Amino acid sequence: MSAVTESAAWRGSARVLGWLGISGRTLVIAVPMLWFLVFFLVPFFVLGRISLAEVIIARPPYTPLFERGPEGELEIIAGLQNYRFLFEDALYRNAYFSSIRIAVISTVFALLIGYPIAYYIARSPEPRRSILLLMVILPFWTSFLLRVYAWMGFLRREGVINNMLMSMGVIDTPLVMLQTDFAVLIGIVYTYLPFMILPLYANLTKLDDAHLEAAADLGASPMVTFFTVTLPLSMPGIIAGSMLVFIPAIGEYVIPALLGGPDTLMIGRVLWDEFFSSRDWPVASAVAIVMLVLVVAPIMWLQSIQNRRELD
Amino acid sequence: MGRGWFLPMAVVAGFVFLYAPIISLVVFSFNESRLVTVWGGFSTRWYGELIRDRQILGAAWISLQVAFASATVATVIGTLAAFVLTRFGSFRGRLLLTGMATAPLVMPEVITGLSLLLLFVSMELTLGWPAGRGLTTIIIAHTTFCAAFVAVIAQSRLRDMDESLEEAARDLGAGPVRVFFDITLPVIAPALVAGWLLAFTLSLDDLVIASFVSGPGASTLPMVIFSKVRLGVSPDVNALATIIIGIVTVSVIIAGVLMRRRAARGG
Repeated sequence: MSAVTESAAWRGSARVLGWLGISGRTLVIAVPMLWFLVFFLVPFFVLGRISLAEVIIARPPYTPLFERGPEGELEIIAGLQNYRFLFEDALYRNAYFSSIRIAVISTVFALLIGYPIAYYIARSPEPRRSILLLMVILPFWTSFLLRVYAWMGFLRREGVINNMLMSMGVIDTPLVMLQTDFAVLIGIVYTYLPFMILPLYANLTKLDDAHLEAAADLGASPMVTFFTVTLPLSMPGIIAGSMLVFIPAIGEYVIPALLGGPDTLMIGRVLWDEFFSSRDWPVASAVAIVMLVLVVAPIMWLQSIQNRRELD
Repeated sequence: MGRGWFLPMAVVAGFVFLYAPIISLVVFSFNESRLVTVWGGFSTRWYGELIRDRQILGAAWISLQVAFASATVATVIGTLAAFVLTRFGSFRGRLLLTGMATAPLVMPEVITGLSLLLLFVSMELTLGWPAGRGLTTIIIAHTTFCAAFVAVIAQSRLRDMDESLEEAARDLGAGPVRVFFDITLPVIAPALVAGWLLAFTLSLDDLVIASFVSGPGASTLPMVIFSKVRLGVSPDVNALATIIIGIVTVSVIIAGVLMRRRAARGG
């Protein structure tokens, strides 16, 4: 298409839109805005609505929130009964607490394992730096489900770890590792480790060597320099990485389903079973709303860090 | 930090932790024995069984279609969102769009999946669309969270880009549409390719969201794998994993080499 006819066509369509009172600018904003409104924001309102309904055997399997009474008057039959149920039933309470506990512990371990790696990569010269970074990202590109599955082969009774320890004579009877909370922790740390390393790396590469040299010149040992200079300066990276591990870990389903035992309680799993096994959509929605409340604060925190980074 | 040995040791241990399970997965895919972790001699029989497994092949085809469609639509929407957020200054709803374009990145999948399913059911009841659930609903769901990933990548590229090029084109009389297609788009194209690839991979990988919004006859590859491995380890899944890991490794290395070459040219 030649530039002349192209611009003529654009000018023509711009004139039509202008006549309708819509500028091209508005149109460009509208496309992503509408998509995310309809398919991201509105679903939460639907979720909230259905969490107030009651389960029935019908299609759809929940009651309407309003009903016409015998006189044709509108009756509200929505209620908080699902939420009351969640708070009174020990299963749900324990599931929420246990999810938070598992998510916190795995975030701490991801930080302890991820920080040295991120630090080392950030201080490495090229091309070692690019190669190591690629090696951190590579597992992230391979299937999440298959990486969790790999741990099933590693941790089970006749698994790689037990075989190795038994053949070395370290243990006589195989250790029970699969189907425990320990396996769930390993699975979460393992799959979310790149999410911890990448923001830390991004933060640590910006670390100005002058700060470290100044500390050394003033007689600080490497240890003191690390705890008084490097660590405080990398706080935004630590927070971002921790939130990127903590938030998805709270709602994790696949890892507890494959690596956890029957008594591994996590809220994502409870929600899944409520929906797929009990077919109770209203209770599943209430579970999701309470989970949403748990993750909203960390999400806002993450966004405020990102906004600050944009301003830098 | 004990500089001498602590750091390298910690890094080596970290990488062993990252790679040992993957390597064992690959090694045992060539195992003759059905007992996945007991070595019974070299064999490629599980690859043979995989190729004859119609359920897996069918699911792989569905997953590829979904991934292609959602990565493509997500790239368009994500790029528009990134462009609007980096070039349009302030406008009404800017904060809302920023939030909506980043929250899907970290939102627990069970919440996204359930809420989208409930949306689709309500829409079907009130609008009559989408009729039932299947390919279309999975594509819409995947597009939404993939668009957020594309938006992040495109935004960081748009922010790093030298805006004087765009200004020069405007000064020479080019309209906003021409500036976008002739200047901005070619400059950010590599980032968009990276975004598309990431979206494609994420869509191929998703189990939880697809399980919620899928319908009868539209089982994606992760859904089929999950129902298999739930019953325990199975060697044909190892074979499938090895193929996927092989494809990903080769493509990531090629992409890495290409990017290094571009960087070396100063592009």
